[in-house]
Amino acid sequence: MGTSTEGRVVRPRRSVSQRLRTAGTRFRSSSVRALKSLGARLRVFWAILRANPLTLVGFVLVTAICVAALVMLVAPSWLAPYGPLQLTNTRYAPPSLQHPMGTDSIGLDVYSNVMYALPLDLGLGIFIAGVSMLLGGGLGLVAGFWDDPGTFGGVGSTVILRLTDIFLSFPSLILALAIVAFTGASVWVAIIAVLVTWWPNYVRLVRGEVLAIKHLPYIQAARAAGVTNGRILLRHIVRNVLEPVIVYFTMDIGTVLVVFSTIGFVTGALPFPVQTASQRPEWGSMLAHYHETALITSAPWLVLGPGGAIFVTVLAFSLLGDGLRDVLDPRSRRVMAAAGSLTSSGSKALE
Amino acid sequence: MGRGASDLLIFVGKRLLQLIPVVLGVVVLTFFITHVTAINICSQWYIHADKATIARCNAQFAQPILVQFFQYLGQLLQGNLGSSQFGQPVAPFIAQYLPATVELVLAALFLMIFVGIPLGVIAAQSSGRWADHLVRIFYLSGWATPTYLGAVLAAVFLAPALGLPTQGMYSSPNVPFHQWTHFSLIDPLLALNGAWELDALAHLIMPAAVLAFINMGIATRMTRSSMLEVLPLDFVKSARMKGLSEFWVMYKHALRNALITTTTVLGVTAGGLLAGTVVIEEVFAWPGIGQYAYQSIGAGGYPVNYDAAVAVVIIFAIGVVIANLVADVLYGVLDPRVDWR
Repeated sequence: MGTSTEGRVVRPRRSVSQRLRTAGTRFRSSSVRALKSLGARLRVFWAILRANPLTLVGFVLVTAICVAALVMLVAPSWLAPYGPLQLTNTRYAPPSLQHPMGTDSIGLDVYSNVMYALPLDLGLGIFIAGVSMLLGGGLGLVAGFWDDPGTFGGVGSTVILRLTDIFLSFPSLILALAIVAFTGASVWVAIIAVLVTWWPNYVRLVRGEVLAIKHLPYIQAARAAGVTNGRILLRHIVRNVLEPVIVYFTMDIGTVLVVFSTIGFVTGALPFPVQTASQRPEWGSMLAHYHETALITSAPWLVLGPGGAIFVTVLAFSLLGDGLRDVLDPRSRRVMAAAGSLTSSGSKALE
Repeated sequence: MGRGASDLLIFVGKRLLQLIPVVLGVVVLTFFITHVTAINICSQWYIHADKATIARCNAQFAQPILVQFFQYLGQLLQGNLGSSQFGQPVAPFIAQYLPATVELVLAALFLMIFVGIPLGVIAAQSSGRWADHLVRIFYLSGWATPTYLGAVLAAVFLAPALGLPTQGMYSSPNVPFHQWTHFSLIDPLLALNGAWELDALAHLIMPAAVLAFINMGIATRMTRSSMLEVLPLDFVKSARMKGLSEFWVMYKHALRNALITTTTVLGVTAGGLLAGTVVIEEVFAWPGIGQYAYQSIGAGGYPVNYDAAVAVVIIFAIGVVIANLVADVLYGVLDPRVDWR
């Protein structure tokens, strides 16, 4: 991917003075080349998005959600008309223009609370998936790269894999619930509880990718050229493992969000309504609160507001991640190209 | 190349042996994670207990953690899963609730296979067209639905519209037959009681459907991509050229090969299915391990039942291990290239 522009350009022979002059402009020309290659990458990305309308929808939604989260951090009043604790005069108001998701039993505006929760929930998803990616991905690299049996590395990778197997068999939700229940409900306990069960997926993924490319000719060539192991790992392997990992990460943000909100729902790890105006609500805890205090038949907006927010956010990340995975998976890419479902420019850019 | 009956025994036996260290690891990790993190269990536990009980509890938890671990392991090997703060042993509850959860999970798996896999075939057939997009929206919606929201919406709005019950396993807890197996579909069958059998089936549909919907994605997606891989191959073309109907080509020839990859994924979904039972069983009042877990971890105002929660984590983890074993063996049986020896 993106290699089409990196082909070697054959230049005519030049005089020494010309070479000196070009040396002066090398920095500029390399940055121009970087820009061009960035442009080519963006074109490829655009072709991928266009290949499936649902991927494009996912991308637009994800962008909108991320922008909204940033706005809620910088200037919350632009998007949320009320504060998280600001009481309005109406109770149990059904959704209207003034209260897009209605109000609850004490007159809190549900929409504003959902918006205030957005940066927290999104941040948790990105943080937990990101730490798992770094931790599990790092272990996966090690386990895939140094796996010669009989060596120190081989023993190490066996240990990593057995541990991964054991952790993979824990259903993450139930172990996390038990930890939160025993330790007392708090955000950090909930985060660590999810992390404990989340990293093994990345070990499996990264190790598989490393094993698949480790014996390819270009790695052998690098080794024959005397490139050190560490450099091969960082420059030649990591760069090629990155793509599937980032795609998986995109989908994973949504999955973490669902699991975390379920933990919030079952344990009430975060208080709702928030205790001070500087705290942020969390969608799962909102669900838990309204699940207790209101009947879903008489005021369904109380549950549909935060629940819908989880649904839309996770759906957005899943649409994007699922579409990207389709295109980046070399097998389905081949199939799609054969089926002609990629536009001609797109498939050319992908080859 | 060995694929005889005796080779199959070796194949399964080897995998059973490989289970032992994993299960032991699960027990060790669960014990240490939960015991290291637990803070001040006794005071949480015995709010209404007498002083002697609290003193006994404190003495137990004051011991070195390794001693506690070997005590626990010894208990476990005798089938003793500990007891609640009121002195009720956990094991009988687990034994009573386990069949209900197994039944719910199997019913959901049944729906995932007979709805999710054909959906994957349809999506692959019309890859890139609207049917494909609809299927994708459907399975990603399931993925994105918070379990609680899906369960409650189904219970409150969908079930009355369909005329299906949403609480418990039977319309009345006083069933006129003995519950030998605690499987709601098998007990009335053993008693040859048709009316109660239908009643049990009606009660099973909603929770199983919600559980299946939420976990549908993996099966459908995997079927779709492995079908896409198989469809351009020569044997599919030759099946078409023989003049077989499209249905026959798809489901007999193509799907049969695509399914080999899908079986491995069903093992992975076991974790999701079991985790889903926690909230779904609570909403639908389904008397299984999920509901027991929900109550043991202190959700919904119940007191924390420490031993029960640890036991449930171990049971669920073993469930996932067994599901992976079944998927592994199934893969070996379905794929003729796998050597059983």
